[in-house]
Amino acid sequence: MSSEPTGAHAEHGEHEGMTKKKIIQIFGVLLGITVIEFIIALWLVPKGHIPLHWANPIYIVLTLLKAFYIVAYFMHLKFEKIGLALAIIVPILFIIGLILVLTNESHYWVDLRPKL
Amino acid sequence: MSAQVSPIDEVKTTPWSGGKSPFDVEYGKMMMWFFLLSDAFTFSSLLISYGALRFSSASWPAPDLVFQSVPGLYDSGMPLVFVGLMTFILILSSVTMVLAVEAGHRMAKKEVLWWMVATIIGGFTFLGCQALEWSHLHHEGFWWGSIPNAEELKHLFKGGTEATYGTYAQQFANLFFTITGFHGFHVFSGVVINIIITINVLVGTYAKRGSYLMVEKVGLYWHFVDLVWVFVFTFFYLV
Repeated sequence: MSSEPTGAHAEHGEHEGMTKKKIIQIFGVLLGITVIEFIIALWLVPKGHIPLHWANPIYIVLTLLKAFYIVAYFMHLKFEKIGLALAIIVPILFIIGLILVLTNESHYWVDLRPKL
Repeated sequence: MSAQVSPIDEVKTTPWSGGKSPFDVEYGKMMMWFFLLSDAFTFSSLLISYGALRFSSASWPAPDLVFQSVPGLYDSGMPLVFVGLMTFILILSSVTMVLAVEAGHRMAKKEVLWWMVATIIGGFTFLGCQALEWSHLHHEGFWWGSIPNAEELKHLFKGGTEATYGTYAQQFANLFFTITGFHGFHVFSGVVINIIITINVLVGTYAKRGSYLMVEKVGLYWHFVDLVWVFVFTFFYLV
């Protein structure tokens, strides 16, 4: 937990960080990531420059990157108190747990399906 | 009375030593965050179910064969163009929303108003695109509980056993309409809330109150809707 003094400074600090210039910058980043995803999906994979099993993890990493920029800057979580940020982010770990359990389970289901 | 204060009587000023909110955030805004967290769980369960069913299937409809709709030129052979446009529109409306919040910090009523109007237009455009996308798939024969005939299904898969196409196409259709429908409903409620807030801006409720915090709160909701779309887009259209 940060122990910086609150008061007048903190009140100012809450609105710090999102100037118009910064907003346009983040928009550029989000747009850039989406364009990269399209280049991979429409050009690199069909032409065989990247195999599909590489493309999927790349998509997921790029998506998480986009999510980070939206949550941190647009939703302003980066500039909130660390306590609030942790209260929101830590429960997300449960979702990772569910992903791990169900992807593991689904590999098991494949074997249960009737072979055709 | 000595000037010396014993360590135990010293007033602590750390965030968690009481006397003030450790999160230093307004009540409604904090509750919006926790609501969004719960909503994130709902969407995650839907998307993870999609992932689990897809991983457990031997084949799956190929996104670049299923999603080829461009209004006016159905089955244009240009995959993902239309959904790319939808993604762009939603990110753009997210940007106009931050700009509205930023203008609110400067108490610039007119600017807040126009950026909010731009956000609402973005939301309606997205919903319109979504409706076109749905009607395109519906004309192909996809719906809850219904799929195109076997002959057409052959053109929507890449590899796999033909006998299993029906089962997997049906799972795909149900999941697609449920998940994009649930997201679309969120966008729709977001637009309705945005309209209410814009009317409040127009009549000067927040100027009188001296703070545009409500714009920030609906902004959080709107960005969340954008965030969910980023994931829906990746898992339905790209992967």
